[in-house]
This record gives sequence, C-alpha cells and structure tokens, in this order.
Amino acid sequence: MSDIKEIISGICPEATFVEGGEQLQVIVPDAKWHDLALQLRDDRRLNFDVLTAVVGMDWKDSLGVIYYLTSTSNNWDMIQVKVTAPDMKDPYIHTVSDIWKVANFQEREVYDFFGIRFINHPDMRRMFLRNDWKGHPLRKDYDADPAKNPIRLDDEVNEDDTCSYVEDGNGKIKKVPGKVFNEDEYVVNFGPQHPSTHGVMRMRTSVDGETIKKVDMMSGYIHRGIEKLCEGLGYPQILHFTDRMDYMSAHQNRHCLCLCIEKALGLEVPRRAQVIRVMMDELMRISSHLLAFGCTAMDLGATTAFFYGFREREQVLDIFEKTCGARMSMNYNVIGGVIADIHPDFVKDVKALLAIMPERLKEYHKLFTGNVIARNRLEKVGHLSKEDAINYAITGPSGRGSNWSCDCRKVHPYSVYGELQFEECLETGCDSFARYMVRMREIEQSCRILEQLVDNIPEGDIRALNVPKVVKLPVGHWYQQVEASRGTFGVFIESDGTKNPYRVHFQSPCFNLIGVMDLCCQGYMIADLITIGAALDFVIPDIDR
Amino acid sequence: MEVKIKSMKHEDFKDNEYIDKLVEELNASGANVAVGNLNKLINWGISNSLWPLCFGTSCCAIEFMSLGAARYDMARFGFEVARNSPRQADYIMVQGTIVHRMAPAMRRLYEQLAEPKYVIACGGCAVSGGPFKNSYCVVPGVDKILPVDVYIPGCPPRPEAFFYGLMQLQRKIKVQKFFGGVNRKEKREEFFAAHPEERGQLS
Amino acid sequence: MFDFGKWTTAFNDFLLGCMPGWAALLIECVLIAVAILGAYTVLALFYILYERKLCAWFQCRLGPMRVGKWGLLQVFADMFKILIKEIISIKGTDKFLFRLAPFIVIVSSVMMLACLPWGNGLQIINYNIGIFFILAVSSVGVLGILMAGWASNNKYTLIGAMRSGAQMVSYEISLGLSIITIVLFAGTMNIQELVMEQESAWFLFRGHIPAIIAFLIYIVAATAETNRGPFDLPEAEHELVAGYHTEYSGITFGFYYLAEYLNLFIVSGIASLMFLGGWMPLHVPGWDAFNDVMNYIPSIVWFLGKAFFISFVIIWFKWTFPRVRIDQLLSFEWKYLMPLSLANLILMAVFVALRWHF
Repeated sequence: MSDIKEIISGICPEATFVEGGEQLQVIVPDAKWHDLALQLRDDRRLNFDVLTAVVGMDWKDSLGVIYYLTSTSNNWDMIQVKVTAPDMKDPYIHTVSDIWKVANFQEREVYDFFGIRFINHPDMRRMFLRNDWKGHPLRKDYDADPAKNPIRLDDEVNEDDTCSYVEDGNGKIKKVPGKVFNEDEYVVNFGPQHPSTHGVMRMRTSVDGETIKKVDMMSGYIHRGIEKLCEGLGYPQILHFTDRMDYMSAHQNRHCLCLCIEKALGLEVPRRAQVIRVMMDELMRISSHLLAFGCTAMDLGATTAFFYGFREREQVLDIFEKTCGARMSMNYNVIGGVIADIHPDFVKDVKALLAIMPERLKEYHKLFTGNVIARNRLEKVGHLSKEDAINYAITGPSGRGSNWSCDCRKVHPYSVYGELQFEECLETGCDSFARYMVRMREIEQSCRILEQLVDNIPEGDIRALNVPKVVKLPVGHWYQQVEASRGTFGVFIESDGTKNPYRVHFQSPCFNLIGVMDLCCQGYMIADLITIGAALDFVIPDIDR
Repeated sequence: MEVKIKSMKHEDFKDNEYIDKLVEELNASGANVAVGNLNKLINWGISNSLWPLCFGTSCCAIEFMSLGAARYDMARFGFEVARNSPRQADYIMVQGTIVHRMAPAMRRLYEQLAEPKYVIACGGCAVSGGPFKNSYCVVPGVDKILPVDVYIPGCPPRPEAFFYGLMQLQRKIKVQKFFGGVNRKEKREEFFAAHPEERGQLS
Repeated sequence: MFDFGKWTTAFNDFLLGCMPGWAALLIECVLIAVAILGAYTVLALFYILYERKLCAWFQCRLGPMRVGKWGLLQVFADMFKILIKEIISIKGTDKFLFRLAPFIVIVSSVMMLACLPWGNGLQIINYNIGIFFILAVSSVGVLGILMAGWASNNKYTLIGAMRSGAQMVSYEISLGLSIITIVLFAGTMNIQELVMEQESAWFLFRGHIPAIIAFLIYIVAATAETNRGPFDLPEAEHELVAGYHTEYSGITFGFYYLAEYLNLFIVSGIASLMFLGGWMPLHVPGWDAFNDVMNYIPSIVWFLGKAFFISFVIIWFKWTFPRVRIDQLLSFEWKYLMPLSLANLILMAVFVALRWHF
C-alpha cells in the first residue's frame, strides 16, 4: 500500500492521501486528474486497468466523483480516487472516458444525477431522464416539486442533439454542439417496446442495408430513482429495492447490500446463514442462466428451447417459494442473516434438482447448442477482445467469454466461497457463442457448489443476535462487491451516522454491458443485434435502477 | 343474469356486485333479441381470443413468461398469440413500473392498439407506483395515463393471479355491448380534442 | 377407386338439360367459387388449430383447451374477434397499395388452391400446363408482401419486405428446378396426368435417387417460400416486430395470417402431387390385394392426409430450428441449394435417358 502512495506522489505531487478506510483514498485536484489517470492505468507498477465504479457525490459544500480502480495484475488491489469539481456553481471535471471506456456511460450518469459536466467527454447527454428534465435529482438541493417535472405525454424533441465541453488554451470551457446521427443515415429504432430488447431498452441503430454502422443505446425507460429513494429510507427498508433491480439476481444483489451493511457494522453472520445465503445465490444463478438460455434460444427463433429452459426454472422457483414464500422478489436476506429458516423439504428439493440437471443440460446441448444454425448465428458474432472487456469493465459470464478471469467469488472471496471447490469458467472465443457457453458451464459449476453444501448446512442461528434494533452505520463509506448472475455487482454506501444512508450507489453489471453494444455490433447485421444483446444478457431494470 | 366463465363459478369471484350492477345497467336500456344474441356471439369471440401485446418492463414480465411456459400455459385459454405489433393485439398488460420517460411511449402504444382494446395493470408498480411511488420520476399508477380495465396486485403477481385477472377481463368483456356499448366514435372525438393537429390528417 | 368425375358430369348434364349452356356455366362458376372460398376458410382455420396444438405438443404444453371441447372452437373465437377488430388507417401511408396488398396475397393463394387435385375427378381446371400455372401464380404473392412493406411507411415493414423479396426470388429457383426435375421425369405438366403417371408407384419411389434429392430440395425451398421458420425472416418476430405486416390490423392482418397457413397447405399439396402421388393411393407393383385395399380409402383422404403430413414436417422445422440470418439464407440458396438442384436435374436427365428408373 505504501509504495502505491510513493509512486502516485512521484507522478502527481499535489495528490493527498486518506488512509484508514477500506482502501487507500487518493484526493486529486481536477486539473491533474486526467494525467494521473493515464499513469495509473499505464504505469507498470500500478496498472489499474479496471475502472470498477464511478460514484457521483454531493457533499453539500462541494460536488465530486469517487472513482474505484482495480488492478487485475496486482492481486486485484483497489484504490479510490476522489476528484472534486473546483466550482460548485458551475461544476466541471475532466473526463477519463478516453482512458477507461466504461467511464463514457458512467460519467453521463453522474452528469444526469449531479449536473457535473465532464470536459472533453464526447457525448454529454442525459442518461436516464428526459432531455428536457429540470434539475439534477441526486443533488441534495434538488427541488422534488412534481409541478416542476410533471408527467408529460409529449415526446422528447431533438433526441439527436448532443454536445461536448472542450477547454481552450486559456482554461475557458466552451460548449460544442453535435449530432448523434448524421442526417443521411438510415436510423432504425428498436424499442422501448420491442420483443427482443429484454425490457424497455431503446436502441437506435444506423444501418447500411442490413449492416449495422452505429448503435445508440438510450436508457432510462424504467429509471425509478432507487438511489434517491434510498436516501430517504432506513437500512432495513432499502434492502427490498435490490430484489427489484436485477430480478434475476435478487439473492446476490441483496446479499451484497447486506454484506456491505454488515461490514460497516462489524457484524459476524452465523455460519448457517452464510451457507444458506450462498446456496440461494447459486440457485438464483442457475435460474438466471436457464432464463438466459431460454431467451437466447427464443431470440434466435428456436421457441421450443425456451420452454425446456423454463421447465427446470420452475423447479428452482419451487425451492424458493417453499423457503422464501415467493417465486420472485424473495426478500430473503436481512441484515445479519436470513429472514426465515429453510423449509424442511429444502435439502430434498435441492437434491432432486441436482439429480436432473446434468441430463437436462445434455438435452439442451442436443436440442440447441449442437444445432448448426444456432452455431452459425452465435459463433464469430459480436467480437469483444479481452483488452476491450477489461477496458469496458465487462464482468460476469460476458467478460469470461472473452477469456478474462474476473470472477468475484475467486478474486475477492466473500461469505463461504473461499472454502468451496469450483472452477471459473473461461472461454477463449470472445464471441456470442463463448458467452453462451460460459453460462451453460456455470450452471454445472453452481450445481457443484450446491452439491458441496447441501449435506453440510451447519446447525445454528439463522441471524446474528447482536443486530441493533435501529441500524445506524458509523460515519464513513464502504464498497462491497459480489458476483451476481451477470457480473460483479457493487454497493457503495456513504453514511453520516444517522439511520438513513447519506448516499447509496449500486454499480450494476448490466450498466457496463450496454456500453459495449455499439462496439460489438458494428459491422454485423440487424439480426445479430438481437443475438449479441441476448448473449450479453442484460436486464434493463438493473441498468436503469 | 350472471356472467359465465368456464370452470370458474360465480361465487369464486369476489366482486360480483360490480359486474352484476353493470349488467343491470346495460340491460335497463333493453336490446332486441337479434342484436342481443349477436352481441353475445361477438363477446364470446373477443373474450376467448385475447391476444396480448408483448410488452414487459420488469419482473412482472418474467412471471408473464412463466405464464406462457409449459406449467401454466396460457394457451389453454387462447391467450398465447402474443403479438409484437400493437396494431394486432387486443390488450396491453402493463408489467412493471412506468416512469416519466416511458409515459409518452406507453400512451402511444395504447393509441396504436386497434379497438376493442383493454388495459391490465399488473403488479404494484403499475397499479399504484408500488415501492417506487415516492420517486421523482415514477408515474404513480398507470391509470394516470391510461384507462385501466383490470388491476392485478402483487410484486410480482403469481401466474395464478394473472389468470384470475385475465378471467376478470373476460367477464367484463362478456357484459359489454358491441353495438352501442363500445363506442368508437366518442373515443375518436376525445382523441381529436387532445390532438387537434391530427384532425383532417386521418381519413 | 371412386371417381368424383361421375357426380360432376351428371350435375353438368342435369344443368345443361334445363338451361342454356352459358347459364349452366355461370351457375357452376358461382358454385365452385363458393366451394373454394369455403374450403379456403375451413382449411385455414383447421391449420391454425393444427399448428397451435402441434407446437404445444412439442413444447410439453396442452395448447387451446378451454374454448369448446379440446379447444376446438378456439379458432372460431379468433375469427369472430379478428373480423370485428378495427382496421386502422395510418397517416403517411400509400393508401391504395396499403389496402390492395392483402388482397393480392389472398388472390394468389386462392388461385393456387384452385389448381390442386383434391381427389379422383375433383379438380377445378385441368390445364395442360397446370404445374407451370401454379408456379407462375405463386410468384404473385410476393408482390403483395412487397407492396405491404413499401406502403406501410415503416422501417420494419420495409426491411421485412426487402428480405422477403430477396428470399422469394432466390428460393423460387430451387423450387422451380426441383419441380422441373419431376416434370422431366413424368414428361407432362398436366396435373391430372401427373397423378395418373404415379398409379404404379409414387414418383418418390419410381425416380429413386434424383427424385428423393429433388424432394428434399423442394421441402427446404417450400419452407422458405412460405416464410416459415427457420426461414421466417420477413416476419422475424424477434427482430422486426411483425415484419411486413406490422402496420396491418383487424381483418387485413387476418388475411396475411390466413394466407400464411393456406400457403403452407398449398406447398404441402404440391409436394404430395409431385412426389407422393397426389390423391393416388399407395400402390406397390405386383401386390394387387394390397393395392385393392388401399383403393378403398377415398382419394380425398389420401390427398389431405399427405398434405397434412408434409405440413407437419414443415411445422416441426419451425418449432425446432433457430432462424437463419439473411446472408446465410442467401448464400445457402445460391452456393449450395441451386447448384445442387441443377446437378440433380442433369442427374435426372441421365436417369431418364438411360432408363435407370422404375
């Protein structure tokens, strides 16, 4: 840790350091930030090649961004970089979207929520809200009066308009208007209501014949403002939002938030609860990948395969239903453990599932994977190289399909994952088929984890006994990651010591996935747009939050 | 007169008073036998061939997929011909939260549906905004922007609840009057009142 | 073998006996038109239910069950619904072409339906170039699709229509070549004669190797011609919403819906005519007793049975295979299917010249 400090001080003497938190925090003035960022990525000794999270902040007296950086080569070390906008009234920060491509959408989100404009960012549009929205909702001084932003039934105008802010030699910032698509481009609009956008994503696609030239992802059609809502609620209350973001990784997301709060409180979760949580996570992963298999098949037109995937998924849902009381949005994890003990049939049901899964997987491969049309549609489509995957921070099955070893269960083991035997599934194909195959193989690995745990659920409490009645986190901020079904899910909490969080940020894996759609789709055909989307397997409410 | 739905008894529904009152009101004006029987035939057709519009926003849509899958199989009721084009669908099932950015698109989808058309609000979010009611950009209930026929509560509703809601819609359709009841003309006037610039553009 | 020709001749004689020739012709024309339209509707409704039940079966489901016994009345409910559905007129469309397009599709498929040999003596027109006429009329249908796609003023429909155009033009070549292969073998284009040629055994067995290859090519090309999966790119539900008929509502959409199923029946009917003997029962040369038993089954049952069987295979394709992409679709046709069917045509010519067939 200390040598990182020295190296950074050598590059940027203005940087100051805060220690004592989870990670080393580097505070950099905005003017030096871009240069330092370039060194942080490219310096051999540092090699912070992954921008894990971008958290916009309003500290009331200043606006700024906390960047979480991870180094894949140095033992997955993380540091935080805090950059503050020099002027609160007219906030600007230099962009790093040219260094880490993932920052492109992340910074647009920060702009949307906080009004911080990023100098030299190529496309400074709003991310989630209407382009004529008044105010920036996550600012503490935001006026939430519904009269200011009423429900409007007229369409947004000038959707093609974008702009960027450039700095001239004298340090003056100038707004340069631009257009997303040229006038002579043939733009086909997919969504928000479209059968294969997996929700209400909108993809404006410029095509030349059937070949895709550019994809403009427009998000926000289900942006519910969860991060703002969290600021008004107590910690046990905000848990239920996590189930409704990526509803296909409900358990993992909630697990993550619980871990983050438990970390801040210093709570020890009983082992029984930990094992149950991990089992639920893996069941959820199976259910999610089965749905992904079904939807991929359906988007390719093989409707029948979808029904086969759903048949097994129902069995997983039955297990959830017996223990948690619901098929979806289970609300099972709570701070310090789980809400209820497992159903007496739980072990039997899990064993029944494990018994059938191997042969059902064979059936899927026979029915769909081996099909020559399916192979031709998925193979060599949507190429995403390992370097791009890292640069765009594509984690989860999609990243592992590009041969990037990024499984959070391996690199930052949490709960009981450290003790378990399982393989991280990697594929070298870098195409849609590789992503699909990673998912299918992960089902096998999840079954393997379940096999190790199903007979070893220890006796004991299901909930820590020392959970305070009113949960108040100490002052500070925490960041926790888990491996959700679609990639690394992160939770950032900043607390000011009261019973409500000061700021909650959810770093969802799907948000990064839409960032690569443009890159992956260029040069492929309209039909491939659908399969690439299906193989990346994003869940829209997770993106929009 | 009670409304018959196959394999679901009159007493199995909870809000019979409302439908019974509707039937009474409709019958009060009286209709001749030929028109009445034709109405019945048409209503039988509509109620048994409800084609949904493929439109899912969040978790409810996944449960809707379960509804189509083998265990629940909505094809048994003839509901399975999900159309992707609103022109060809009979009802929208609003499955999930509707936010400010989505509202104009949602309204347009409704306007694109061909008559007779129905709206079902599925799940807490569509019914009232659900857990996100207090958010800055959530429409608190889809009935703020669309006329809703049936509400299905739940978060997300179970597939059985979907069936119950769909049967309620069938019941509602069975008492409507195609001749004189569903009045296209009035709705057209309403539409033109809201969009004066469109008048004269449509033949 | 019962000959329906006896009835029709007797009816014709009866009419001629009590009225002048033109009146008898008029009455016959009207009756036949009604019969064709009736058959069209009934078949289309049957096919809708057939496919829905079949796909439910493939997918471990039950399919329509509630409307009528085993859901038999489901399609009638759908029909009533679709008849009273509003027909939306859309701003910015080419109104004339938009309205005309569904009728062209329907007319093309009705004309093809009229040429099929339904049974012994049950045929409306017996041309000397019957099969050529069917091929010619089938190409008209694509015009309706192109018109619909163009007139709707919608990007999805336009892409769907263009795909459809490319696909139909390409696959018509293989379709035609595989039919020509059989015409070469039979030496006639007359539908009645084609059927009678197969009295000793069906062409599929008489022509063996080249006939079987032609049959396989025909099934693939026919699946593509009817825009069914894995070649359903013009509709491509998951890409283009509903393809070329995205903007159609009510019965205008219903026309496309019906025509799709009817075309399925027609290509199956042509397959049964060209390869499986049309209405001709299964005959094995030399097994006279067996042939007699087969002759007891009415010819119309044979024809419909064969057609339904081939439709079953095509439906099976749809619910099993994923959809191909447009470039794969075209390269499959031009690089593999068409050269193969040309080679097969030459092979058949060699077989016929050297009398290697049965």
